[in-house]
Amino acid sequence: MNSLSYVSIMKEWDIVAARQMGRELSKQIGFGTVDQARITTAISELARNIYLYAGEGQICFEAIKTLDQKGILIIAKDNGPGIKDLSQVMEDGYSTSGGLGAGLPGVRRLMDEFDIETEVGKGTKISTKKWVR
Amino acid sequence: MRIPILKLHNYLLISIQTELDDQTAINFQEDLLREIHTTEATGVVIDLTSVEVIDSFIAKVLGDVVSMSDLMGAKVVLTGIQPAVAMTLIELGIHLQNVPTALDLEQGLLKLHQEMGE
Ligand SMILES: Nc1ncnc2c1ncn2[C@@H]1O[C@H](COP(=O)(O)OP(=O)(O)OP(=O)(O)O)[C@@H](O)[C@H]1O
Ligand SMILES: [Mg+2]
Repeated sequence: MNSLSYVSIMKEWDIVAARQMGRELSKQIGFGTVDQARITTAISELARNIYLYAGEGQICFEAIKTLDQKGILIIAKDNGPGIKDLSQVMEDGYSTSGGLGAGLPGVRRLMDEFDIETEVGKGTKISTKKWVR
Repeated sequence: MRIPILKLHNYLLISIQTELDDQTAINFQEDLLREIHTTEATGVVIDLTSVEVIDSFIAKVLGDVVSMSDLMGAKVVLTGIQPAVAMTLIELGIHLQNVPTALDLEQGLLKLHQEMGE
């Protein structure tokens, strides 16, 4: 099985392609329907942020394993403008685009682990994991 | 892609059967408002039974559709939201308050009848 795959985000339809790939992989890994919805939604948020704020980037998927757990790792990366105030964008309701501002704080709640690296002018990399319960 | 809008008496019925990308959602919003205007519909049921993902963007579009239709004098009821979608929405922090919902299309129509005292 190919455990590492990615979708390039360049146009709006790629957001749909990314979540379809994420749903397929999370099904294969053995996630239940609610977790599949959580993972797919998280991917949709990350992919749309890339499309809206960075113009283009990538969503990478990986099936991951420890001794006693299986899960999925999703990495969203772009070479866009980066994020100046991280604590602000992680607040519910903060948006620079007239959105609901639910994306990033929502992804953190939907997934089990969440990590963000960003540098103004360089880009943003968000890594997030979910484990099969 | 265009989502079909059916007319039944003074109601409009929509069953969303496709994967909702952003452009389809926006087109739908425009189409529905135009239909409400031309048909003078007083009620709208949007059935979401087949929708597997509602993210923050789609949620915003749906919420906006409800308020815009309201302004135009048509009540909207959302029906058939899947359990997994409902849980995900709440975890995203989206509560869709003030948005009337019902279990399925039939209940949705019933709710419209009641709300309009017909
Ligand atoms: N990849 C990114 N590059 C640069 N800025 C970003 C990126 N992702 C998010 N941001 C910034 O963080 C803010 C918050 O993002 P978040 O996804 O939480 O909300 P939103 O996209 O504004 O609205 P919503 O996702 O609810 O539609 C954005 O408004 C944007 O300014
Ligand atoms: Mg967002």
